[in-house]
Amino acid sequence: MAKRYDLRVYPGFRAVTFLCLFVLYAPLVVVMVYSFNASPSITNWEGLSLRWYADVFTGPESAKFKAAARNSFVIALVAASVATAIATLSATAILRGGRFRLRLVSFGLISLPLMVPEIVTAVATLIFFNAIGFDRGLLTILLAHIAFCIPFAYLPIAARMQGIEDTYEQAAMDLYATRRQAFVRVLLPLMMPGIVSGFLLAFIVSLDDFIITNFVKGAGVETLPTAIFGSVKQGIRPNIMAISTMLLAVSVVMVTLSWLISRRDTTR
Amino acid sequence: MSDERAAAIDVRDAVKRYGDFTALKRISLSIADNEFFTLLGPSGCGKTTLLRMIAGFEDVTEGAIFLFGDEIETLPPHKRPVNTVFQNYALFPHMTVQENVGFGLEMLGRSRAEARARAGEMLEMVQLSQFAARKPAQLSGGQQQRVALARALAPQPKVLLLDEPLSALDLKLRKAMQLELKHLQRDTGITFIFVTHDQEEALTMSDRIAVMSAGEVQQLGTARDIYERPRNMFVADFIGETNLLEVHVDRIAEGRALCHLGGGHALSCDAVDGVGVGARVHLSVRPERLALSAAAQGDESLAGTVREHVFVGTDITTLVDLAGGISLRVRSANSARASAQMFEPGAAVHVTMEQGAGRLLVD
Ligand SMILES: Nc1ncnc2c1ncn2[C@@H]1O[C@H](COP(=O)(O)OP(=O)(O)OP(=O)(O)O)[C@@H](O)[C@H]1O
Ligand SMILES: [Mg+2]
Repeated sequence: MAKRYDLRVYPGFRAVTFLCLFVLYAPLVVVMVYSFNASPSITNWEGLSLRWYADVFTGPESAKFKAAARNSFVIALVAASVATAIATLSATAILRGGRFRLRLVSFGLISLPLMVPEIVTAVATLIFFNAIGFDRGLLTILLAHIAFCIPFAYLPIAARMQGIEDTYEQAAMDLYATRRQAFVRVLLPLMMPGIVSGFLLAFIVSLDDFIITNFVKGAGVETLPTAIFGSVKQGIRPNIMAISTMLLAVSVVMVTLSWLISRRDTTR
Repeated sequence: MSDERAAAIDVRDAVKRYGDFTALKRISLSIADNEFFTLLGPSGCGKTTLLRMIAGFEDVTEGAIFLFGDEIETLPPHKRPVNTVFQNYALFPHMTVQENVGFGLEMLGRSRAEARARAGEMLEMVQLSQFAARKPAQLSGGQQQRVALARALAPQPKVLLLDEPLSALDLKLRKAMQLELKHLQRDTGITFIFVTHDQEEALTMSDRIAVMSAGEVQQLGTARDIYERPRNMFVADFIGETNLLEVHVDRIAEGRALCHLGGGHALSCDAVDGVGVGARVHLSVRPERLALSAAAQGDESLAGTVREHVFVGTDITTLVDLAGGISLRVRSANSARASAQMFEPGAAVHVTMEQGAGRLLVD
């Protein structure tokens, strides 16, 4: 049975797999390798060096990158925290609020932004801010990030909550806990892996976002992705590769953490 | 006003509907204080539904539920002095055993120290003191079951609800826990409402049993009542092993009914309300209340032939074919084998029913 439907026995499976992996990862490998190049050229290899990493922190563009990095991390931290809080409450309402009429609609609305092309969201957000006469700056970036991070935080949290039987809360209420106490003392701790995982995912999505940020940011306010883009427009220097590699490392660590934490089963 | 002499739980004309499906059809039960009361019935008959209505997790569609004279229907679960041992235990996985057991008291606003002390006592009672610092996942099924029990008893509820608490345990442990539960109930004096679909468990543990089927109480009584005087076909068939004989009631005189089995056989038994002369009903006779002999014993002995013997450990069941296509199961204790005569398959025998052992069933 299992064998007949096993993808691995299909002809060409191996070749296609390797092609996909190559297309996906070869550019990343090139960037990572060349970030350690001693040469200012981005094509000639002249030996191992950390000089471009040093350049990021001390070079002519360092002030710009430091400011952008600070903005990026502050925005990611705040946006992910707020989005996670909203996602947790939404999941509780949608999954534990009984059968209210707009339940399906609510779920659809929450996850819709995942399916809308990002450029559409970006334009719409920009038009919205213009329409209400909101000055573009750090705050507009933050608000936009909170909005589009919610579905990313919501998915792992909801998945986790669905795996928690409601007998735990019933047991808590049976033992004289109010609804609120049952939520805080029982449901929330059990959901923690999902919440942390949702937070990390939202954090990464916010940290890496370019399109929406580029639309809604004010003049002179940069995040890392927009700063990198601005710098690349002047021509690619290896310090960009160093920054990209560091950003990649942060993403990999966070995504791995998120995965590990969501896998941890506190109900066992 | 709460009244100490009132029934612990009084269910009056309670109906539960889910949409247009009726899970409970107008149930009335009165459960006395200190009673070990069992709800017994096959899967899907509404036992859990009734328990959840008492605990406050389901609302009552019609009717009312009283706890020591107070109507509790409007109280949320956390305001009812009733605790539940859940079927899957529902121990909080992120808390230690001690924290689990102390949870109820903490929620009642007692100090942490008091909750800890009481949890310690409860764990001692269920002999799990050495596991206080463990997480529930580090315990065996039987140990988890005892933690769930300790947790539910710690706040000293007026009524304890137990939803098939032993069904996940193996036979031996289940037997041990049955005794333990029974002793616990006697020692604490707390009213237990126990749910099971295991008739043997119900018979051994309960003061009174409500046999349920399809959302209705079929019979309410002591274990003895229900076993010896089943009211209808369902109860007779569900509880224990029995011979169900189709009979025709010929005559009723002085509280005794004379019944014809067909094939020229007749038996007499106590008359019951609702079964009159001429009725075609069923007669239930427990196989252990029939005896075999070579010669007829009195004028109601039924002549037949032995078909086969079935050994069931302590007992032997003998299948006997009577004239007219009737077949009877006769059970005798294995220990009586030395004294009693053994009949080979094919041998002619007489089957005699013990005085008063036959029970006429309505419907
Ligand atoms: N939320 C619900 N919605 C609709 N029907 C329900 C609901 N809960 C229970 N029922 C139905 O009510 C009936 C009684 O269910 P209940 O859980 O009380 O059975 P039970 O006697 O406890 O059975 P078991 O021994 O299998 O636990 C079943 O037919 C069930 O399908
Ligand atoms: Mg049930």
